[in-house]
Amino acid sequence: MNEQQQSLQDIQQIKQMMERSSRFISLSGLSGVAAGACALVGAWFANGVIEASGGTSNYRAVVSRTFASETVLDFLDHKLFQIALCTFFAALLSAFAFTYLRSKKNNIPMWGYSSKRLLINVAVPMIAGGIYIFREMQLGTYELIAPGCLIFYGLALVNASKYTLSEVRYLGYCQILLGIINCWFVGDGIYFWAIGFGLLHIVYGVVMWYRYERVAEKN
Amino acid sequence: MNLIENLNKIFDSRIRLGIMSALMVNDEVNFNELKELLSITDGNLASHLKTLEESAYVKVQKGFIGRKTNTTYSITKAGEKAFKTHLTALEKMIGSIK
Repeated sequence: MNEQQQSLQDIQQIKQMMERSSRFISLSGLSGVAAGACALVGAWFANGVIEASGGTSNYRAVVSRTFASETVLDFLDHKLFQIALCTFFAALLSAFAFTYLRSKKNNIPMWGYSSKRLLINVAVPMIAGGIYIFREMQLGTYELIAPGCLIFYGLALVNASKYTLSEVRYLGYCQILLGIINCWFVGDGIYFWAIGFGLLHIVYGVVMWYRYERVAEKN
Repeated sequence: MNLIENLNKIFDSRIRLGIMSALMVNDEVNFNELKELLSITDGNLASHLKTLEESAYVKVQKGFIGRKTNTTYSITKAGEKAFKTHLTALEKMIGSIK
């Protein structure tokens, strides 16, 4: 009996080491919820700006005015850009905070080999996407910016799923699908953004928290 | 009691088992990474690695990152085989309860 128990424990140790050495598993579901909430608030403000200057039918005009600013300062001064920047940093910070807390609790260092590998694999599609979207802004194909963001972000998640919780893959698939659908509903980018970066993150975060962290919190 | 004989003595130690597990799923792992994963001291880790090296289950590559030494470890064919045999033996041990 004792030997069998020992064998079980050995197998558990093997499983744990394989996971810990190859994946970054401290990613918290609450990070997803927080980032999603930030995105929704950001989208709400952005929608306000767009509506104030003529409603969604005028989407192209509003967005193009932002990007067609004559000087860099003009561009930085524009409300849409400021909202986007604030949303991005708020989401990043809050996501970071919950994951930091979780890694602290599990006693796994946050900045290790697994997180480095994860970061590199997220960065490659994201940087490629960033350059592509920058060119879209320059060329004036503003309607394709939102779908582009969703598609490249989705690809980054699918790529990242090999180095963190594997469920991230499904979030990635959903973002890609949403981005592709958005290609045929140009001009409604703000709604697709809100669904993709807001709603999907929250749903994913809640599911992940329920699955992995709720139990751990009880113990 | 045949079952116990199939278990590899070298993998009796949880630490050595942990090292082998990490090496099974990574092409190579360096010393500090292993130390961090297992949260043990340098000396302790070095002695366990030595045992695995002597049984030809792991290979050592010594290199440099700038001026610092960077010693990485990877699993050998023999090590992979021994680990898989050990896993099967463990499974059989657990299966024998039923």
